[in-house]
Amino acid sequence: MSTTETRRVVTAQGPGRPARPKATPAQRRRTLRETRAGYTFLLPWMIGFLGLTVGPMAYSLYLSFTSYNLFAPPKWVGFENYIRLFTDDPVFVQSATITLVYVVVGTPIKLAAALAVALLLNYRDRGAAFFRSAFYAPSLIGASVSVAIVWRAMFNTDGPVDSALSSVGINLGGWIGNVDLVVPMMILLAVWQFGATMVIFLAGLKQVPKELYEAAEMDGAGALRRFKTVTMPMLSPVVFFNLLLELVGAFQVFASAYIISNGTGGPAGMTNFITLYLYKRGFSDSQMGYASAIGWIVMIVVAVIAVILFRTQKSWVHYSGDDR
Amino acid sequence: MTATALVTTGKPAPRKKMTRKKWQTVVWFVALIAITLVVIYPLVWLFASTFKPNSEFGQNQGLIPLEPTLQNYATIMEGIGGVPMWRFFMNSLILAVAAVVGTLFSSSLAAYAFARVKFKGLGIFFSAMIGTLLLPVHVVIIPQYIWFNKLGLVDTFVPLILPKFLATEAFFVFLMVQFIRNLPRDMDEAARIDGAGHGRIFWSVILPLIKPSLITGAIFAFIWTWNDFLAPLLYLNSPENYPLPIALNLYNDQTSTSDYGATVTASFVALIPILLFFIVFQRFLVNGVATQGLKG
Repeated sequence: MSTTETRRVVTAQGPGRPARPKATPAQRRRTLRETRAGYTFLLPWMIGFLGLTVGPMAYSLYLSFTSYNLFAPPKWVGFENYIRLFTDDPVFVQSATITLVYVVVGTPIKLAAALAVALLLNYRDRGAAFFRSAFYAPSLIGASVSVAIVWRAMFNTDGPVDSALSSVGINLGGWIGNVDLVVPMMILLAVWQFGATMVIFLAGLKQVPKELYEAAEMDGAGALRRFKTVTMPMLSPVVFFNLLLELVGAFQVFASAYIISNGTGGPAGMTNFITLYLYKRGFSDSQMGYASAIGWIVMIVVAVIAVILFRTQKSWVHYSGDDR
Repeated sequence: MTATALVTTGKPAPRKKMTRKKWQTVVWFVALIAITLVVIYPLVWLFASTFKPNSEFGQNQGLIPLEPTLQNYATIMEGIGGVPMWRFFMNSLILAVAAVVGTLFSSSLAAYAFARVKFKGLGIFFSAMIGTLLLPVHVVIIPQYIWFNKLGLVDTFVPLILPKFLATEAFFVFLMVQFIRNLPRDMDEAARIDGAGHGRIFWSVILPLIKPSLITGAIFAFIWTWNDFLAPLLYLNSPENYPLPIALNLYNDQTSTSDYGATVTASFVALIPILLFFIVFQRFLVNGVATQGLKG
């Protein structure tokens, strides 16, 4: 992947050039034909976009100001749901807090692990392909129920992890039921899936021109300095894009939290991540309005994080080349 | 990094460099093998544990079963809640295959429009499509559920399959847009001069050329649907409609204390298709991810 492509993604530029203002009738006919063709091809996506994305977003925004239990029609309550969430719902505050901790702590660790292993793999080509594939595997299955069940078994009291730690004198007594260890355990599960990001970073590293390293070395830059002045700037667009996607992805953690806690979000609410809490409020308690308000708070938080990242990218994301 | 350094500094003092390089290679292998063991251990443990009798769980935490047995496999074949295992498997398969068909159909059409047709609104809709890459599900699942419920489609496969035919997963559209953009335009120009319209160009020129991205997309669509837990949990109520992840949840729920062996074995069986996919297609997956710069 070239940095040019990333830039297109990041700035979300459309691929086509705008139609020229002055047009002969023939050109105008052609433009019309193109437009008709464009929308024909786009029809399935457009139906999905309006019917399953934009429509639901608007409706859930409306619902978030109502009280609605699926049976009686929605009743307008103004900001009551939002006010209740922040002032009268300690479960929500805890859920939001552990989710933020999970996202804000877990994602950088995962990206750092991906980058570290990518740098290690980039050292040598022969033999690297095997490790690359082996490390990638967890990314494919990490979100599955099967892996959540394995994780639960591995970190249970007297499970393999606990007994291994006990044998070296660390007695934690299991992670699953421990309020202090269950979030770190969830972060470990996320970090375990570093492979996909690592593959992307590795591809990015392969694209850094060798001459840059040679030049840096001629100037007497050591390994650490070369990393700071060559590798990081060249890789920063890829890091930026993946940081964004991983942050958004981390907010959606659900299956593992549900399975590990048997749907309860325990112990003491420490796996009650925001998606699970929304699920319980909306689908177990049929509080559709309240759950919609939770959904919109997530949306706003994600949007704020995205805006902050885009605002700060000038200071650390380096785009090379003359894209436009 | 150091590899570059060693290669470029080249000739002087070859003997010393050789030994140093060899030493570094050994450290490299040892480090990576250590990471591999940690990363792969949970899966190896899962596989080994399927042969442990129930009595060994909580006692024998090692890999090797003391009294290896196939009892767990026999137990899970019977299924759970009166539904046989093969039924869950078939449900998962139907959902995953339908997702592949729907995703390839809808995403390739949309990708062609974004990459090759110049129409008014292109820029806005392309940005919107990219925007949905970052959209949290939290703001759409409740209304989607309410509407599917009103249409009487809860406890059918429609809410799980229909979105795939409407390209709601922007990842796939984006994957194919990137691929089409990198194709040279000569072929479609030539077809256009020969009088081919967009439909013809899409079907006869572009589709054959983007086969690699179609394969990558198909594999991801299959695996993600196979693993999906939230959507079937929301929409399916009758056990005979359950795909594997929901069936696994039943094991986890009811029997985790009494029949650990069956839970673990069912988890492993549910992963088998994905692991096979991975072994057969790993090059496609890893390269697909690497070239598109998107995660799996």
